[in-house]
Amino acid sequence: MKTENQKAWFFVLPVLLLVAFNALIPILTVVNYSVQETFGNNVFFWQGLDWFEQILRSDRFHAALGRQFLFTFLILIIEVPLGIIVALSMPRKGFWVPVCLVLMALPMLIPWNVVGSMWNIFALPKIGMLGYFMNDVLGINYDMTQQPFSAWVTIIVMDVWHWTSLVVLLSYAGLVSIPDAYYQAAKIDGASPWKVFWYIQLPKMKTVLTIAILLRFMDSFNIYTEPFVLTGGGPGNSTTLLSIDLVKIALGQFDLGPAAAMSLIYFAITLLVSWLFYTLMTKDDPK
Amino acid sequence: MAKITLSNLRHSYLPNPSGPDDFALKQIDLDWQDGGAYALLGPSGCGKSTLLNIISGLLHPSEGRILFDDRDVTDLPPDQRNIAQVFQFPVIYDTMTVRENLAFPLKNRGVAADKIAERVAEIATMLEVEDMLDTRAAHLSPDNKQKISMGRGLVRDDVNVVMFDEPLTVIDPHLKWKLRSKLKELHQKVRATMIYVTHDQTEALTFADQVVVMQEGEVVQIGTPVELFERPRHTFVGHFIGSPGMNILPVLVDQGRASFQGVDIALEGAVTGQGGRTELGVRPEFVTLADTGLPARVRKVSDVGRHAVIEAMVGESPVKAVVEEANVTQGQEVHLAFRPDQTRLYRDGWIATEAAS
Repeated sequence: MKTENQKAWFFVLPVLLLVAFNALIPILTVVNYSVQETFGNNVFFWQGLDWFEQILRSDRFHAALGRQFLFTFLILIIEVPLGIIVALSMPRKGFWVPVCLVLMALPMLIPWNVVGSMWNIFALPKIGMLGYFMNDVLGINYDMTQQPFSAWVTIIVMDVWHWTSLVVLLSYAGLVSIPDAYYQAAKIDGASPWKVFWYIQLPKMKTVLTIAILLRFMDSFNIYTEPFVLTGGGPGNSTTLLSIDLVKIALGQFDLGPAAAMSLIYFAITLLVSWLFYTLMTKDDPK
Repeated sequence: MAKITLSNLRHSYLPNPSGPDDFALKQIDLDWQDGGAYALLGPSGCGKSTLLNIISGLLHPSEGRILFDDRDVTDLPPDQRNIAQVFQFPVIYDTMTVRENLAFPLKNRGVAADKIAERVAEIATMLEVEDMLDTRAAHLSPDNKQKISMGRGLVRDDVNVVMFDEPLTVIDPHLKWKLRSKLKELHQKVRATMIYVTHDQTEALTFADQVVVMQEGEVVQIGTPVELFERPRHTFVGHFIGSPGMNILPVLVDQGRASFQGVDIALEGAVTGQGGRTELGVRPEFVTLADTGLPARVRKVSDVGRHAVIEAMVGESPVKAVVEEANVTQGQEVHLAFRPDQTRLYRDGWIATEAAS
């Protein structure tokens, strides 16, 4: 005998409230700003989709978006293979396992603005160890405050330093969950180490790698603090990524309407790419 | 295909084994004939998987040699021993199709493409998987995956031995029987030496011509299923094989005569050796209800289909009897008779009567 009642709603309600306050209501305010213009004093004028059109046509947005995709692409193409290689070379058992795991986790435990400050000091010419080493020991002209290329190298290396561990730890978890029988069967089948990687380890890591790539994509696509502290978006606009540009428009110029429209476009792009990637990666999985 | 000889084999997982208890395998000497179907039977932890991994080369034994056709292979890695192994859980290469899976061991050894195609087709027919050759192996059901694992073992026609490590563990019961008979059929077709490791007596007895029974790192008995059933060399074998297992009863032996609960019991032959702990072994199939003999009280009657199992107490010892029809009830006083030519004496676990001739 099953009695129907509505009690379940009471259990869902707290979550609903939480989601409303931390996601739905803020987003709706942004939607609200994105279709209006204000000249202060809480007076608003209806603006329709004008801000969206303006943003989508603006060269400034295109440039920031381009830089953003380049940044994300570069860090993914370095961090994912590097993370897999490090995970493959980590010990599977014994005394060194916890040591390696803790060492790997360390960079991720450092607050983002601290990471930015650290690398800023580290990379400054004359003052920082890296800056000094590059200029005065190796004789390479390296100054991230003056040269866009140096600035890019620095933010990429900083992100690789900060976040490769995430890929390492996830890949490692995937690797240790592969039963020994697979390696034994491969040995008996006469498979080379490369084939073992390609036909056993990589397919078995697919799920964790999908998650790693997804997390790294979302995080790097929305990155703000570290490059802001490190280069402030400069020199010029060379390292002005999407979120840095967004903050400049919203808080620097106080253009709330365009900033809101840009936020929504930004959000839509992140969501779309994540969805496409996830769907493509999981479409072949057995049900 | 090859004859396999294991000589003076010992293995310990510890770096410095001191006593016999440190050894997972204690002194194994075995000869396996070319083309035979063998089963390694024993409870979990008896060392059967260790032995299998030593033969395949995944483990290096602490002591002793392994010979394939009198060639010493002890120090060779698995891929150079030319063996095949099927594991407990189906091992398939997820991203490949069934066809690619079957071709993989041949491809790795640089076999010509037309030869590969021919072998794959042959094996697919044998395993009845022709219709799924182009599906991705990851999409198969567990029993088909296990078939493909077997196929990868059988596809090379020059394998010395194919080994199965409890291959039916994850297979549904109704498919187990099918796969088991398939295996038997395959053995008759390919005539490769096959070793089948299991703790399931039905699997061992139906598959193998010769069964090797192991316990605590030692071989207890090697024999045909009939031999193991009729004349177990050790009480462990008697107990482990058969359903229900052999009745093992404490007896007193005095001047070659055995008496159980004060009643003289006729044995198959003369008693050998002396001293030690003596026990009587008789299979429930050879215990009958009689008018005279051992007095007993029926404790339990269970009807298991074609026959019934009666459990009766003789003093403090339970004795089981398998009978056609159980026309007794619980609590009833009965008499039991043991068939003399199937009644044996065991001394410290090992058989201690001469076989009736």
